[in-house]
Amino acid sequence: MTQPLLRVNDLVKNFALKGGILGRIVDEVHAVDQVSFDLSAGETLGLVGESGSGKSTTGRCILRLIEPTAGEIWFEGRDIVKLDAKELGALRRDMQIIFQDPYASLNPRMTVGAIVGEALIIHGLAKSRRAIEERVVELLETVGLGADHMRRYPHEFSGGQRQRIGIARALAVSPKLIVCDEPVSALDVSIQAQVINLLEDLQKEFGLTYLFIAHDLSVVEHICTRVAVMYLGRLVEIASSRDLYTRPLHPYTEALLSAVPVPAPRAKRQRIRLEGEVPNPINPPTGCHFHARCPIRQLPLCSTEKPQLKRAADGHWVACHLRG
Amino acid sequence: MDARTAEPLLEISGLKTYFKTDDGTVRAVDGVDLAIGRGEVLGVVGESGCGKSVTAHTVLKLIQMPPGKINDGRILWQGRDLVPLDLEEMRKIRSKEIAIIFQEPMTSLNPVYTVGEQIAEVVREHEHASRREALDRAVEMLRLVQIPTPERRVHDYPHQFSGGMRQRVMIAMALSCNPKLLIADEPTTALDVTIQAQILDLLGEMKERFGMAIMLITHDMGVVAETAQRVVVMYAGRVVEEASVEELFDRPLHPYTQGLIRSIPRVDRAADQRARLEAISGTVPSLLDPPPGCRFAARCKFATAACTQAAPDLREVEPGHKVACILY
Amino acid sequence: MAGSTRASPIVEPATGVPIAVAAPRRHVTPGREAWRRFRRHRLAVLSAGILMTMIVAVVFGPLIWRVPINEIDFAAMLESPSWAHPLGTDDLGQDLLARMMYGGRISLAVGLAAMTMAVVVGTLVGAVAGVSRGRVDAGLMWLTDLFLSLPQLPLLLLIIYLFRDSLKEVAGPEMGTFVLIVVVIGGFRWMPVARLVRAQFFSLRERDFVEAARALGASTLRQVVRHILPNALGPVIVAGTIDVAAAIIAESTLSFLGLGFPPDIPTWGRILYDAKDYLDVAPHWALFAGGAIFLAVLSINYIGDGLRDALDPRRVM
Repeated sequence: MTQPLLRVNDLVKNFALKGGILGRIVDEVHAVDQVSFDLSAGETLGLVGESGSGKSTTGRCILRLIEPTAGEIWFEGRDIVKLDAKELGALRRDMQIIFQDPYASLNPRMTVGAIVGEALIIHGLAKSRRAIEERVVELLETVGLGADHMRRYPHEFSGGQRQRIGIARALAVSPKLIVCDEPVSALDVSIQAQVINLLEDLQKEFGLTYLFIAHDLSVVEHICTRVAVMYLGRLVEIASSRDLYTRPLHPYTEALLSAVPVPAPRAKRQRIRLEGEVPNPINPPTGCHFHARCPIRQLPLCSTEKPQLKRAADGHWVACHLRG
Repeated sequence: MDARTAEPLLEISGLKTYFKTDDGTVRAVDGVDLAIGRGEVLGVVGESGCGKSVTAHTVLKLIQMPPGKINDGRILWQGRDLVPLDLEEMRKIRSKEIAIIFQEPMTSLNPVYTVGEQIAEVVREHEHASRREALDRAVEMLRLVQIPTPERRVHDYPHQFSGGMRQRVMIAMALSCNPKLLIADEPTTALDVTIQAQILDLLGEMKERFGMAIMLITHDMGVVAETAQRVVVMYAGRVVEEASVEELFDRPLHPYTQGLIRSIPRVDRAADQRARLEAISGTVPSLLDPPPGCRFAARCKFATAACTQAAPDLREVEPGHKVACILY
Repeated sequence: MAGSTRASPIVEPATGVPIAVAAPRRHVTPGREAWRRFRRHRLAVLSAGILMTMIVAVVFGPLIWRVPINEIDFAAMLESPSWAHPLGTDDLGQDLLARMMYGGRISLAVGLAAMTMAVVVGTLVGAVAGVSRGRVDAGLMWLTDLFLSLPQLPLLLLIIYLFRDSLKEVAGPEMGTFVLIVVVIGGFRWMPVARLVRAQFFSLRERDFVEAARALGASTLRQVVRHILPNALGPVIVAGTIDVAAAIIAESTLSFLGLGFPPDIPTWGRILYDAKDYLDVAPHWALFAGGAIFLAVLSINYIGDGLRDALDPRRVM
């Protein structure tokens, strides 16, 4: 049994809402609520959910861009929640992030060369200006851009090209894990496919591990080996991509899958219509967070008891009182 | 399809909307032809910058002019050309006959008025109704779009609604004067999938009830497939293909449409059928100096020298199936 | 695709829904792009021309027009403009053109120096507050609010009254007054800049590209210097230009109240102050001094307008 590259244990993140003149904590947003999962080297785990599900917060906690409130994050045998500033700096070489909005993720006042080369300077990965430049060109070529792009500014590029620049920046430190935070959802369909293919190629070439955060289930299904579904801060189901899409167990996963519009007009699918909207994470419902919208709920069980993630099949885990 | 035998509700022909910028003239819409029959749902798909939104905004003259300008073409609304109309005449048509809903409902709702006041205002603009009657209509509309406790919510402000609820409010407002055509400009793009499904269902129900036609503008092939009856595919300011939705997905003719359909990952296919996505290489050409021939030629697998010579016309190659490509 | 580069300028229809229209962009640096946009603001370009002319005139003018500023000639008192005295003379028969050029040097220098001080102090306070948050931020903002709530003019007068003589002894009458006025004016104008910079920092530090730098392991200093500050400076520069104008007016006010530079050192405000008693017999005297202040301040404000358009971060993005 090999050790996973990343193991997240009971991760909790609450955001304090301050109010009043004294800045006291008046409320808390329960963004991530006891999330646990493993990620093996070389695999791609999809983290899906709608807005407010806590998927992005989870990704940022793993990178420690946000400090988790509680829980453990084991990366290569170390709990990175406990790392000090210096060790964290070194960790930055192993974990990187790709952002959703290619227009916001590049500093508009820096050239592409400076953006991609910054990490090399920070970590002292290249000895001379020349060496930096060579490495930057190599990185740009890896992502399908060219040396002539180096002296240009981000605003001269299209969305898809900017996303490639963001990917080159992440690759500069030769990371082991990349958190992809909705990397293609801001792109046009034909460009989306280009970037997805690029991500797949890079994974093969450099043996990368991806945590792929997305709301688009079709994209996730395409690129991920395993998928974890989040709802209102909690993990409700985790399974291999194939199991999840063919045999979803959690009623939320079912509804989510059936809501995805499919480009096949003749297919008459039965859509499971969910009533209402995602509740407020400041005051999440008691018991199962999904019970208020659940088509198969059984009261009072579902509204009082928090369902634990339990094993339903090999590698298929679900947090539902009634399924699995 | 039978809707097309009668006179179309809206018929756009040779429409050109250009924008003057510092760098030159952007030909955002460059010769678009399309028609919508009564009670029909027409999907207009394309990627960002293809001119689908500009086309829709041009119909209602919601384009800022200048820098925008309708350079050519006709917009026949029930046989009457809208292009020469002034703003006063257009106002009578907006909401009353053609209504529009946008991607981000928050920007189109005024934050300082209650949603009831805003719906009532639209009603009073076009009909002789007292304040009381108009507000009653607002409550009724909110109930129709399935907003819970409409009597109470009618007095709420836009920020007190969630994204999905705001889109419902927009739909209520758009339908309050019983228009014959609803232009829905990416109505669900900003919403989560489950909410998107709710809104699409709602639009379908409203169509059944009011019998209006819908021009659904979207970039999502899935949304089109599940909602539209007929589809117009746009690329770089032009229509490249038009067909019934079944025909378009069964037998896409234009290489761009084919590429678009193939580049989408499919949730309905079994996971082990996964293959590499067929990406369309390259990017959309600039609309500032569009290439003379077919605008897709530079990215097209089948392009020949002839493709860069002259732009192909949109021709009906089979009954109800039009395509602008020299291959056919 | 490697060769094609384009961005999407936003064409906004009346509804406020942005429609992206693909358009190509030549290879331009953000600086050149800003200059291109500035040039489109005609009034700003004109104003920049006027201000440049004024600066050139006051810097190089005295080298050509070699009439001393303090040559008293009672035979030519309060004369209207003539070939001998293009801007006329004052009550002591001193040449006004020479005095205006000399005074312009001081007035413009005060404006620029006071602005520099306001911007440097404001940026420093705002940046420290914006980076640290928490207690330091609260303390600095308390200080900023305190300065904002002080009655400025009376305090200004008091400080000048108290320190003028001791500073004059140390640095000489001209330099001493100059330093005092710059410090006093700059010291009362940094607060808006501090607030602006802090607000910019707060929004920029949440931006993806700053988060990306953090994820790459960039130190706080690097994040600030390379990523946050360059993107925060646009509005600060705009605010700075307005400060130049305000400082020129403040100096004029002080001089007009007789609390600025000593009578033998002409500044535009001082000249105006001296001219006020002769408005009926020698209107040209006040007119030229007032006109110079008016033109300088107006030009600077228009330049600020142009810069705001040119540096608007929404358009640069």
